[in-house]
Amino acid sequence: MSDGTVDRLARATPTRVARKVKGLSDRAIAWLFVGPTIFLLLAINIFPLIWTINLSFTNFKANRPNRAVEYIGLRNYERILSDSDIWLSMQATAHFLFWTLFFQVLIGFALAWLINKKFRGNDMWTTIIVLPMMLSPAVVGNFWTFLYQPQIGLFNYIVAFFTGADPSSFDMLGSVDLAPWAIVIVDTWMWTPFVMLICLAGLRSIPDYIYEAAEVDRASKLRQFFTITIPMVLPFLMLAVLFRGIENFKMFDLVVQLTGGGPGSVTEMSSINLKREAFEKWRTGYSSAFAIILFVTVFGLASIYVKALNKVKER
Amino acid sequence: MKNVKLATVGAVSVVAASMASAVQAEDLTLCWAAWDPANALVELSKDFEEQSGHTMNFEFVPWPNFADRMLNELNSGGQLCDLLIGDSQWIGGGAENGHYVKLNDFFDAEGISMDDFAPATVYAYSTWPKGTPNYYALPAMGDANGWFYRKDWFERDDIKAAYKEATGDELGEPQTQKEMLQIAQFFQGREIDGQTVYGAAIFTERGSEGITMGATSALYPWGFKYENTPGSYDMEGAVNSPEAVEALEFYKEFYETATPPGYTNSYMGESLDAFKSGQVAMAMNWFAFFPGLYADPDTGGDKIDFFVNPPQNQAGSTLGGQGISVVSYSDKQDASLEYIKWFANPEVQARWWSMGGYSAHNSVLQGETFKDSAPFAGDFLMAMDDVQDFWQEPAYAELLLAMQKRLHDYVVADTGTAQEALDLLIEDWTEVFEDEGKL
Repeated sequence: MSDGTVDRLARATPTRVARKVKGLSDRAIAWLFVGPTIFLLLAINIFPLIWTINLSFTNFKANRPNRAVEYIGLRNYERILSDSDIWLSMQATAHFLFWTLFFQVLIGFALAWLINKKFRGNDMWTTIIVLPMMLSPAVVGNFWTFLYQPQIGLFNYIVAFFTGADPSSFDMLGSVDLAPWAIVIVDTWMWTPFVMLICLAGLRSIPDYIYEAAEVDRASKLRQFFTITIPMVLPFLMLAVLFRGIENFKMFDLVVQLTGGGPGSVTEMSSINLKREAFEKWRTGYSSAFAIILFVTVFGLASIYVKALNKVKER
Repeated sequence: MKNVKLATVGAVSVVAASMASAVQAEDLTLCWAAWDPANALVELSKDFEEQSGHTMNFEFVPWPNFADRMLNELNSGGQLCDLLIGDSQWIGGGAENGHYVKLNDFFDAEGISMDDFAPATVYAYSTWPKGTPNYYALPAMGDANGWFYRKDWFERDDIKAAYKEATGDELGEPQTQKEMLQIAQFFQGREIDGQTVYGAAIFTERGSEGITMGATSALYPWGFKYENTPGSYDMEGAVNSPEAVEALEFYKEFYETATPPGYTNSYMGESLDAFKSGQVAMAMNWFAFFPGLYADPDTGGDKIDFFVNPPQNQAGSTLGGQGISVVSYSDKQDASLEYIKWFANPEVQARWWSMGGYSAHNSVLQGETFKDSAPFAGDFLMAMDDVQDFWQEPAYAELLLAMQKRLHDYVVADTGTAQEALDLLIEDWTEVFEDEGKL
């Protein structure tokens, strides 16, 4: 833009407006733009977090508005950390988290690797594979409840067909030993396509010339896989693990639909436990402390993980 | 000027008339659980709409979410419900937290006497503190946990002979809890008309109140008590008495040896499904469902009969049922009270029973024809004579969830012993009462 144009535009700007804008520094204008966002962030995220921290030191119960609220120091935290039921729910969460991530990464990557091969019907298979993750967790939970039904469930019949066992001799959702695996199977079925899609993006981002160079160097397919494919897909894979890890740490809907936390409490995840404490037992102070502990756990783990992810990216 | 005056008078009249009609005709919302009696109440309430000019809207929530949904509504001071037919256990919280309108003055003004209702229902559904003449609800729906069975199977000669051969006893309605288990075990896995059938459908649900309502149907007949002395919160030796331990072991044996496979998280709906699909010989459920079961074209009529929860050391049934309350956050309390007044009318109560609702009004229950008015009417009266209810404390939800967990851990997940489950339950409850400042 020539000086003449700038001058023309400056002259065309009404004096009143020009004077107003002139009075604001760049910094002030920047604040003007980001102010509303910061306000919303404070109102929706930061204030509730601070308020929750405050409540976690009290005996407040949201269903007892007439009761005096007392500050009880760290008592809620002490009770939570010494409560064996809380630790059991943490164990259930860890079991679910580890095995769902393990199977989803393994199967998701394998599917992506297969889909990445050019073959007839490739697109159709991709669409079919991603269907489960398009369904609502409530729907998935409901129909897997039927599939797991010992007397009429298809799952039991398929297992019986291969093992020769009586279909009604085992109950996936009612058995203490099987129920934790039943929810792992359903989550894996539903969310493996998500991991597959991310891996597929990673695989397709690898330029062909790298493989061609490897071919020229007479590197074997296995060598290519371990020295080209895996390292280049790893950041994508780690991102998928991060997303799924955070999601599954707060898993609620699917498990409630399938087992309700039972039998007994073997599938009672931390999130289910938290919901019961907060909105069924109405122990608001106690559940606030529990929420803070979970928040710190997820935030801490995610931060460490993101650092590791960044290091992998830098390589 | 004259015209101006006329216009003013006219305008004032129009405004006054519209205000009057606004006062007279309200849109009332009644909240309750989604089940058969609720549908009957919709029909019944048409009469109220005609008489009063008010419009009735209904908010029915499926049972598993009913407590969650409604207690959230009350705790947040919501105005969704003008009238609420809330569970008996909510009365303490409803009264102490100011969710329900106290009805004493209204009852006195309108001549509604609590003596006109069955004492057990007034005690359980209306009063807080328990047993005092402080009323927060009108008994709306009497209910208890009862049993029904395949009468056609019980009357078949081949099955009767097989039972006699297997047990040495005659097959008939069980007179004790143990006899009921024996019958259920006899049917468990038996082939009837080419289909494998099972003993009985009982409550094992974990999430809301199911397993507690089921297991207390065994605990009460054995003599289970919540406290050694009512109002003392002295639970040691009552909650975990030898009788209570035996009853809980009995319920676990029932679950393990006489229920269909996969029956690990079952409540009302599953019990009805199991019976209607011809899977089970017997089932427990609330009397509220019995009219619908009797009318069922496949398993009702001649094929079904009913019995009260059998005694063991004593008679005892788990109380269900609800009272109707006016929500204090409603700005239509006058119209809501009108509904209560209408509902308390003996004629309306008689129609309520005839349409499938369980009236708690003495004029209905003590009527000469009541016992013969339905095949389950006599059993209902027997059950209501010996009902026991769960804690009705303001902290009832915490108390209930603790019991749900301990019972499900022991009965379904097979963790620990009955003694341990009940000991742990006392620990949980003690903690709750300590938090409440009652211990």
